[in-house]
Formats: sequence, C-alpha cells, structure tokens
Amino acid sequence: MGGDWHQLWEIASAPDNVPIVAMLFLVPFYVWYSFRQARANDDLIEKLEADPAAAKTAHRKTQPYHPKWEREVHTWPYLMRIEFVAAILVTVLLMVWSLTLNAPLEEPSNPNVTMNPAKAPWYFLGLQEMLVYFDPWIAGVVMPTLIIIGLMAIPYIDANPLGNGYYTYRQRRFAIWTFYGGFIGLWVAMISIGTFIRGPGWMWFWPGSTWDAERVEYAVNRNLDTIPGALTGGLFQINGSWIAHLMPVANRAYAPILARIIFGFFPIAIYFLVAAYLVYLVMNSTEFARRIFRRMTLLQIVTTDLLMVLMLALPVKILLRLIFRIKYIWVTPWFSI
Amino acid sequence: MAEENGGKRTGLLDRVREDAEDIKKLVQEKGKEEIEGLKDPEKTQLYRSIFRVKHEDTPRSRSLGVLSNVFLHLHPAKVNRDATRYNFTWGMGGITFYLFIVLTFTGVLLMFYYHPTKVQAFRDILYLENDVPFGKLLRNMHRWAAHLMVIAVWLHMFRVFLTGSYKRPREFNWCVGVLLMVLTLLLSFTGYLLPDDQLGFWAVTVGTNMARATPGLGNEGPFGSLLGMTPYNDVRFALLGGSIVDANALLRAYIWHCIAIPLIASIFMGVHFWRVRKDGGISGPAPVMLESEIKEEKGPRPVIMRPSGMA
Repeated sequence: MGGDWHQLWEIASAPDNVPIVAMLFLVPFYVWYSFRQARANDDLIEKLEADPAAAKTAHRKTQPYHPKWEREVHTWPYLMRIEFVAAILVTVLLMVWSLTLNAPLEEPSNPNVTMNPAKAPWYFLGLQEMLVYFDPWIAGVVMPTLIIIGLMAIPYIDANPLGNGYYTYRQRRFAIWTFYGGFIGLWVAMISIGTFIRGPGWMWFWPGSTWDAERVEYAVNRNLDTIPGALTGGLFQINGSWIAHLMPVANRAYAPILARIIFGFFPIAIYFLVAAYLVYLVMNSTEFARRIFRRMTLLQIVTTDLLMVLMLALPVKILLRLIFRIKYIWVTPWFSI
Repeated sequence: MAEENGGKRTGLLDRVREDAEDIKKLVQEKGKEEIEGLKDPEKTQLYRSIFRVKHEDTPRSRSLGVLSNVFLHLHPAKVNRDATRYNFTWGMGGITFYLFIVLTFTGVLLMFYYHPTKVQAFRDILYLENDVPFGKLLRNMHRWAAHLMVIAVWLHMFRVFLTGSYKRPREFNWCVGVLLMVLTLLLSFTGYLLPDDQLGFWAVTVGTNMARATPGLGNEGPFGSLLGMTPYNDVRFALLGGSIVDANALLRAYIWHCIAIPLIASIFMGVHFWRVRKDGGISGPAPVMLESEIKEEKGPRPVIMRPSGMA
C-alpha cells in the first residue's frame, strides 16, 4: 500500500484528537450494545404480540428475572457501590491518560502568524466543516441554533407512545434512523472529516496523502445561476434581459441581479416542497407509521417535517458542493444560500 | 475541708496525696469506660452529631442513611433492581457529573497559579508545566477530563434517546439536558483560550469570527449593516470585549469559564437531578409495551400548547 500513512498516524495520535479517535470506537460499540438489547426486546415483543393471553401474565423484561426476587433494591449499597466503582475507574483512566499524554501547548499566541490549518476544538469541527458548504451566518449561527431547537423539540414532536424506557428498534424505526442520521451520519461524520481529512487551507486530503501546505487547488466553484448558460453554450443565460424590458430604463442595470434572485428562489422552493413531501411519504411508509402519523397534531407534523427538511438540506448541499462544485443556489445582495 | 477529715489535722502533702488518689480513681474508672465506648463509636455524641442514623444492617437504616444525607438524598432510598444494570444506563450521566466535580477540583487548583492577563497567562502555563509540583499532571487532568466530559455527555444523550427516556413525562428534563450539553461545550470552548497559545488563539478567532455573521447582530451577517452593526458594536465585540482576540477577550473567557458558566450549569444540574426524581426516577428498564395496547386517546389529544396529562 502506497501513500503517506505516517501522516494519518500523526493526526490520529495528536493528543487533542484522542477523544475523536476514541469516539470512532465508542460510538460503534454502543450502537452494537444498544442494538443487542433492542433485538432481545423486539423478539419478546413479537412473541407477546402473537400470544395475547401470555402477554397478560408475562414478565415483560429481558433482564434476568425470578419471581421471588424483590422488585426494588436498596440504593445503599446496590447503586452506590456501582457509582463508587465507576468514579474510581474514571479516576484511574484519567490518571493514566494524564501521566502518558501531555496537554498540547503551542507557541505563545501571535496574531501575525496564522496557524495552518487553524482548527476549532475537535467537538466544534462539525460546525467548522459546515463553513465549507454554507455562509458563516448559516453554518455558525442558524444551524447550531436549529440543532439546539431541534433537539429540544424531539419530545414534543415524537407522538409514538411506544419505546418509553426500553431499547427497541422495530417500534421506533423513524425516530432511531433520524437520530442515527443526525448524530452519526452528520455530526460525528463531519467531525471526523474535519479532523482526519481537512489539512492546510482546509483542503481535502484523503487519508494516506501528505498534508502539503504548498498545495494549490484549482477548484472552480460555480453558482447555480451560471449553469443554464454554461450548459446551453450561452443560449439561456440568467442575465435578466427579459425583465429589463419591464423595468424603467434607469434601473435596467439591476436586471441581472433581480433575475438571479428570482431564478434562485425556485430551486429552494422546489427543494422544500419535494423534500417535505418525501418526508411525508416516509412518515407514512408503513401501517404503524401511518397510525402514529394520524395521532400527530398539525403543529407536530409541520414542525417535524420542517426540521427534517432543514436537516436534509445539509447532506444535499454537501453533495452539490463536493460533486458538482456548486457554491450558492440562491444569490441575493443580502444573503446567499 | 481537709481539717475536718476524720477530725485529724492533715498537712498540705496529705491533701495532695488524697486528691491524687481521687484523680487516679477517676481516670481509671471514667477512662476505662470511655475507651470501652470507643469500641462502639456509633454511640458517641460526636458520631451521633454527624450521622443521624445508626449504621445497622436493617432496611430502615439503609434507607435513612441515603435519605438523611445531603449528598445522597437526590437518590431514592430504593431503586428498581434492573435499573442498577450497567447495560441499561451505561452510567454516562453519573460519569458526566463526576467529571464536573473532578474539573471543579482541578480547576480551582489551577486558578491558584494562573493570571488571566496577556503578560502572564502563557508564562503561568510554562511555570505550571515545569516548576509547580504535579503542575503538569494537574493541567493534563483538567484537559483530558474536559474532553472526556464532552464524550460522556454525548453518549448520555445517545442512551437517553435510544431508550426513549425523553418521552412523557420527561420531556422538560430532556430540554434541560440539551442546555446542559450546550453549556458543557461552552465551558470547554472558553477554557481553550486560557493558555493564550497559538492553538487557543486561532481556535477562538475562528469560533468568534462566526459571530460576526450573526443575522442582524453581526456586522457581516445578513441585515447586520442595515441595523447599524460595525466591528465595534456587534455581538462579536460583546463576546471579545474588543474587535480582536486580546486582553479583554482573555479576561472574559476566564470569567465565563471559571465563574459564570459553572454557576449557570450548577443551577441547571440541580434542576436536572431534581426532575429525574420528580418525573418518576430513571425511566427504566420499563416493561415493554405492545402495539396492540396503544390507546386511542379520547377527547383532546396531548397537544403541546394545550393542557395535557392532568387527569
């Protein structure tokens, strides 16, 4: 295998990157750990669902059970001892970690010498990675706000009464896939890209290549409104020539800007409509999903759909940017998306 | 008193000898009794003044031991047998809280050696790393505990989501938890600047540059300039106490990091733990519910904006 694998080792072993490397192991482990319990519960649910008589008397848990055992145990010592052991283990882990690995300390701060790459702490690299795809007001302000609001909205828009207090997959497919998509597919994945792949100049370096600060990347990023002209050899340019006729002569210079504003509005509007409908279809994809959907209020449906559409906009924009090199879809003098 | 002792006149020496005899008897009798008493320290006044409950192997004293202790009383006296299993909770909430305590402890120690000024901040770190006994260990522990806390918070949220523990009646506590997660990230981020090295400086520069773009409130954000925002009065200026990351930013980061956010987070933590209890203890492992048991709700459904669940 060719390539500069030492570079990857350097990134992975940087002391401040240890947590995200740990996350790469911890997240799959806990996904597996939760799925194992979800499967056990789902099997039990299936069995009870098929046998209503047994369901009435069954002990509805997969944890070890004996009818003679007491339902509750004393906090002291049965819970406290676990807490003490956990505290000791965490302390030992921290001690070993602190003895073997030093917290990084760079040169004294110097506004005249820019770090390249200048990276945020690892847990904010997802937001920094978003800066590639969106303007700072979206990536740095609107998206984080939406993430917080979206997370806080979850209990109020999840109308599914099942799966309250136990692991399950089959009873909560939509919720679980949404959370996996957001937490693992977007958040953890973008942090990983920001950590392992973004090198000097925030350029894309595949694992195995050297972080070359001298590398020059010639990337043409286009706005969507230049594409019709480019594709048709200039036949259908968005230059506003047809609006210009409708405008007073003095204002005709603004026609191309106006044309772009009008042109850019449509892809966004179409995305919202199509994506909202797709989410609607997914929310009604099975008999059970339809049943839950019927229980939702209009406000719950609209909020869920809107949040899903906004969340899906991120991977859509990532693909548009990385594959089609499209920078903005909608360009206006005040903001661009 | 001595004169009347048996009608005999006694000298000073005799009196002293008699008293010494008394004292000897006193020490022997009382001392023996008290040393015997030490074998049973729970009966001493000192012990009883500190612990209000006898240390006995009875359900009553086990329960009271938890309930009458200010640090333990957030726990119920008894918990569901299955809730003590690691595989359900992963212990991440408790670990997060423990890390907060570790961070407070190491953080206070670090504060003894740190001045939040441009002249001294970086030198203080060098001093800590090279001269202060265990200074390097202290700084390392604070750094890695902070990272670990971020991981633990995320995994805690992950677990709470996967077990559906945010569902009724725990909706509000989930929201408190989301805010606590944001506060954890902010705590970590404000601490990043304090060593005043290139790493922190540029991370905070990159981070706060985004504030420039806040819609309406940042000078480069949409509609910002229309609302009169300049680099000298926008939200970034308020965060940094200036238009660049400099001495004021260092001081502000320090105050947020050491005082303001820990205080706010502590209040939210109090609410979070309190609500865990008030919402019925930890969510499970609950008995599984079947699809065939979903009740079609009569009357007004539990709408967010309407009173619900009062019955």
